[in-house]
Amino acid sequence: MSLAASTRSTLARASKASSIRALGSLTAVRTNYTLPDLPYDFGALEPHISGQIMEIHHQKHHKTYVNGINDAQEKFAAASSPAEKVALTSLIKFHGGGHINHSLFWENLSPTNKDGGAPPSGALAKAIDDTWGNLDGFKGQMNTALAGIQGSGWGWLVKDKSTNKLSIVTMPNQDPINTSQYIPLVGIDAWEHAYYLQYQNVKADYFKAIWNVINWKTAEKRFA
Amino acid sequence: MAETYTLPALPYAYDALEPYISAQIMELHHSKHHATYVANLNKAISSPKAANTQSMIHFNGGGHINHSIFWKNLAPASSEDANTTSAPTLMQAIDAEFGSFGDFRSKFNAALLGIQGSGWGWLIVKEDGNLDIITTRDQDTVPAGTTAIFGVDMWEHAYYLQYLNGKAAYVENIWNIINWKYAETRYKGEADGEFKDLRAML
Repeated sequence: MSLAASTRSTLARASKASSIRALGSLTAVRTNYTLPDLPYDFGALEPHISGQIMEIHHQKHHKTYVNGINDAQEKFAAASSPAEKVALTSLIKFHGGGHINHSLFWENLSPTNKDGGAPPSGALAKAIDDTWGNLDGFKGQMNTALAGIQGSGWGWLVKDKSTNKLSIVTMPNQDPINTSQYIPLVGIDAWEHAYYLQYQNVKADYFKAIWNVINWKTAEKRFA
Repeated sequence: MAETYTLPALPYAYDALEPYISAQIMELHHSKHHATYVANLNKAISSPKAANTQSMIHFNGGGHINHSIFWKNLAPASSEDANTTSAPTLMQAIDAEFGSFGDFRSKFNAALLGIQGSGWGWLIVKEDGNLDIITTRDQDTVPAGTTAIFGVDMWEHAYYLQYLNGKAAYVENIWNIINWKYAETRYKGEADGEFKDLRAML
């Protein structure tokens, strides 16, 4: 199950469970999200992404989104009026989106001595060739889309669930991909915190370098 | 021939705001980030038929306006301008609107820390003459009809090399280097009409 789907069903479970378990412990119905472990060491993506960036990005930024979604959910559960709940939706979307996006991101990166940078094969490779001519054609379009983000945001390679077509989508801030329409295959974080300590204002170099650590195996699994 | 915009000189040295904002941040922020907004604004103006011209002018023109105000609304902490006594009229209005300077500061800090993504926090004068705290996203400028008294850049490039993810410390420290003398003159209407032609294009 995708993270977004699991988030949805957990939220649904939590609200159903609240009436069932009302006599039990109140904390038992609350879903507490946790920071997932990185599937590699902080320094494993060097020299393309520095160990310092990875450590702060995972331990501080992602952790803040996890804390934020847990906190917002707690307040949402305690809110008594619809107006109070509506006021919390922006926080839930921001921190929940941050948690979803970063969880996908870590998994679609990999050290170069493992799967990082090894080009896709099979059906995904064919779909990329059919859409953009070849992998370099896709990377060029994706890098243009990433460079064009005006502010914080993400770039994604996605598969349309109804047409199976691939496309490039950018999302502002921590807005997650709409998973009722798309399956996110590869996400690239274009927030300044994702590259600034190493690349400063030269974000084009970060976008060029990150292809060396993209885990196409993960993308193939998401595509299948 | 359309007007060409230029990068304004900083009114102080890159290291003049230390220890609150490092010289490295100031140099990159001014000579790279702001310079890029200026260059891309000029590029967009000179290619009016490109598909994304309007969005490029909006974003880069906003970046140019916002940063131009920001540099001037900062001052070295040791300067008399960085003392709130340099803004007697504005301080009265802040007390009247927010209760006290402390309450204003807390409310401003909360607004800055609540920005979800890149953006700016501003003290503005509204059309009715009252003060307000607002945030704008990305490089959006303050709304037409309002005047920015001062702004704080909350893009990560404004603080990350020094404060990393600790943006609350950046927000706390920036109060040491607000140019209150300049804020006072803006409150008294000196900024009226600035960037009039560029604003009309955004």
